[in-house]
Amino acid sequence: MSPLPAKTPDGPPPPPVVQRVRVCYAKRGRLRFTSHRDIQRAFERALRRAAVPMAYSAGFTPHPKISWAGAAPTGTASEAEYVELGLSERVEPERLRGSLDEALPPDLDILAVDESEGGSLADYLEASVWRIELPEVDPAHARAAAAAFLAAEQVDVQRLTKNGMRTFDARAAVAELVALDDLPSVCAILRVVVRHTTPAVRPDDVLTGLGAVADLVPPVPPRVTRLAQGPLTLLLSADPEVVPTAPERGASPASGPTAVDSGVEVPQPGK
Amino acid sequence: MSAPTFDRITGRSVWPDLEPLLPSVKKPIQYVGGELNSTVKDWDACDVRWALMYPDAYEVGLPNQGVMILYEVLNEREGVLAERTYSVWPDMEAKLREHGVPQFTVDGHRPVGDFDLFGLSFSTELGYTNMLTALDLAGIPLEAADRDMTHPVVIAGGHAAFNPEPIADFIDAAVIGDGEQAVLAITDIVRAWKGEGRPGGRDGLLLRLAATGGVYVPRFYDVEYLADGRIQRVAPNRSGVPWQVAKHTVMDLDEWPYPKKPLVPLAETVHERMSVEIFRGCTRGCRFCQAGMITRPVRERSITGIGDMVKAGLEATGYEEVGLLSLSSADHSEIADLAKGLADRYEGTQTSLSLPSTRVDAFNIDLANELSRNGRRSGLTFAPEGGSERIRKVINKMVSEEDLIRTVTAAYSAGWRQVKLYFMCGLPTETDEDVLQIAEMARNVIKAGREATGSRDIRCTVSIGGFVPKPHTPFQWCGQLGAAETDERLRKLRDVIRADKNYARAIGFRYHDGKPGIVEGLLSRGDRRVGKVIRAVWEDGGRFDGWSEFFSYDRWMAAAERALADEPVDVAWYTTRERDQIETLPWDHLDSGLDRDWLWEDWQDALRETEVDDCRWTPCFDCGVCPQMGTEIQIGPTGRKLLPLSVV
Repeated sequence: MSPLPAKTPDGPPPPPVVQRVRVCYAKRGRLRFTSHRDIQRAFERALRRAAVPMAYSAGFTPHPKISWAGAAPTGTASEAEYVELGLSERVEPERLRGSLDEALPPDLDILAVDESEGGSLADYLEASVWRIELPEVDPAHARAAAAAFLAAEQVDVQRLTKNGMRTFDARAAVAELVALDDLPSVCAILRVVVRHTTPAVRPDDVLTGLGAVADLVPPVPPRVTRLAQGPLTLLLSADPEVVPTAPERGASPASGPTAVDSGVEVPQPGK
Repeated sequence: MSAPTFDRITGRSVWPDLEPLLPSVKKPIQYVGGELNSTVKDWDACDVRWALMYPDAYEVGLPNQGVMILYEVLNEREGVLAERTYSVWPDMEAKLREHGVPQFTVDGHRPVGDFDLFGLSFSTELGYTNMLTALDLAGIPLEAADRDMTHPVVIAGGHAAFNPEPIADFIDAAVIGDGEQAVLAITDIVRAWKGEGRPGGRDGLLLRLAATGGVYVPRFYDVEYLADGRIQRVAPNRSGVPWQVAKHTVMDLDEWPYPKKPLVPLAETVHERMSVEIFRGCTRGCRFCQAGMITRPVRERSITGIGDMVKAGLEATGYEEVGLLSLSSADHSEIADLAKGLADRYEGTQTSLSLPSTRVDAFNIDLANELSRNGRRSGLTFAPEGGSERIRKVINKMVSEEDLIRTVTAAYSAGWRQVKLYFMCGLPTETDEDVLQIAEMARNVIKAGREATGSRDIRCTVSIGGFVPKPHTPFQWCGQLGAAETDERLRKLRDVIRADKNYARAIGFRYHDGKPGIVEGLLSRGDRRVGKVIRAVWEDGGRFDGWSEFFSYDRWMAAAERALADEPVDVAWYTTRERDQIETLPWDHLDSGLDRDWLWEDWQDALRETEVDDCRWTPCFDCGVCPQMGTEIQIGPTGRKLLPLSVV
């Protein structure tokens, strides 16, 4: 049902944006099965429950000012998802972090809220660090596969997209690929740094590539977690065999990359 | 029977087995639970445990108010636990079978077979095959007679349960009417029975339930048939079981303000809004409407009770739309004050209100403007149901074309440009002419809109489907129109609408073909023999019959032919055949409160094109419900107003 055409609705324009905040959140556990659309809806409702003073767009169907950055695929967990909010009143970031976290379901957890210093979130988030657990895969096999993948010029993979089956190179976007060492032989763990490119190369594309170059085919579904996002230089480890430490959060108030312990602990069965 | 093993370890989560399956199924989020306001109680701290199912996909089942209400009512009780389960999609069904994972609840991911009670809510008969899938996946024998002490008691509820005979073999019991108090009463009986050491076993419990007169246990009734296929009689086959089973009616809705904390899913569902039921029941007396007949009398929630529920619900959910739910929402005695009060309260908060069911004659533009004040202008949809004045008298939908034109003219003048109109095809005594008048009505609507606005940019959508006669209505005796005849009539209507070039492009035409209606008709007015058809369809792969991509008319017809081969009845006998007054109907022993003679008189009035008023505003017409059920009409006005919410 639409009203008669009119350029603008009656009444005053909505209040302007007075503050932008960058929110870093995690999707964990069971909630890694949420799709991006699901998370968007959950956020919009949580913002209302938490009474966050959102700025709205003008027009007949006002929308809250929320900018999303590339979301982790359905089925993958993340410790570093980002969203930017436009607010109509100033808020204290830490207070917003607490109230929004409270309003979101458990396992959608707000890790940090920082005032944005301008610039595009998408430009800032150049690359991601992914951790890929491959239960029942021999770490030696994974190491060999990683080496073969890195040695290749180009690794073409196929994925079914909305526009049908697409073929693209998964190699160029991979800035770093390491099989973590010193693991019991029941599980291989890969750490991969992937540039945000178009078309996007996802962790499952890298896995498909590993299958193509070295017959690495996980017998059970891998568990994938995004560990960090940010400028590529901050994400590359100096010594690829060593997990990089997280940059000090204070050093980069405008949402420094959130790296978490990408640990080498053995995954708990059934966790 | 083997030794009872009911003290085996139950209630263990199957999540570790389920999780590895999730990456390879569609929309995995629907299986993980964890919705806002959901509850997982300690299994061992509870002694009565319910699994509640809406037998359709999660996206349809989660918003269901009935399940949501019972879930909260039960979980509020100490020592009682309720968890939800929904139909899994065929891809997940295959995975569960391959890996031996049972039907599970989304709350605690516990096997449905571990619960004491398995309650299914049937809004529509098309969920019957999905029930069989769930039972089978749960490891519960499909036939009630094959179950033992280790299996849950399977109970059907919801509107379709007013004739549970087609699923009589698969359920242990059925409850008709409002569930809030009924589930608590059943819980008390189960608790007492368990506490006493389960005397009499499964039948002992079912006897206790049946003896209340409010729980129907099909197994305790024998159905005898005449040689021609009609039912001779339905009689209890043991003592202590009543001849008639009565429906449940909750009086004073303000005492039952559920759901208090509506479930908010992460997954997308069919209703992305919060709903508040503003009254229950309807006495408009539309003769085709089963809901209006079986939910009598009208019981309003007070304006202040509604205001409190909206406030609490919005705080608990964060939804931005509130639907004011009922069978005919504009009929609430204080709807104008309610709409204005809510619009005032939520001014400037991006919260919108909607009235999902409004009658043309109860609707006015002031009301519409209040509803759209704070947000989006949601749709204007009206349901004249019949195209001609004559057929509207037959169905007792007393809406004149003048009412409709006056209302849509006002709506178009106030800025709306599109109106949607709902109709039915195949109503009793209907001819082609009655249906073709729908085209005339739509043209008049467009004409009125063009005149009112001076614009040609005016739209009207006609949406029409086949009428299915339902039990406990005056039309329970009528012959349903065949699928081919329905399709033919709809084709003629479409041709007439398209023929008039001056209007054709302004009128949208949506219709449902007649075939699904025949299957719905078979299940609606079927008896116990139809159970064999349901089972045959399910064994042949029938699933999700409410979904056009899964529904197969041919499968149903082939299964019916096989399953009914030895019976003197067939699909036509159940659907297109008119019944006479003395025939025993399969649901006659289930008491909706409606007096059978009154229903028959109303059916005769329909054939005489005689209308009946609404008893809310006129003297009683003796439909029988209030005296039979000990209930009464509860309507306002209370005279109270919604006060502004205090500033936090």
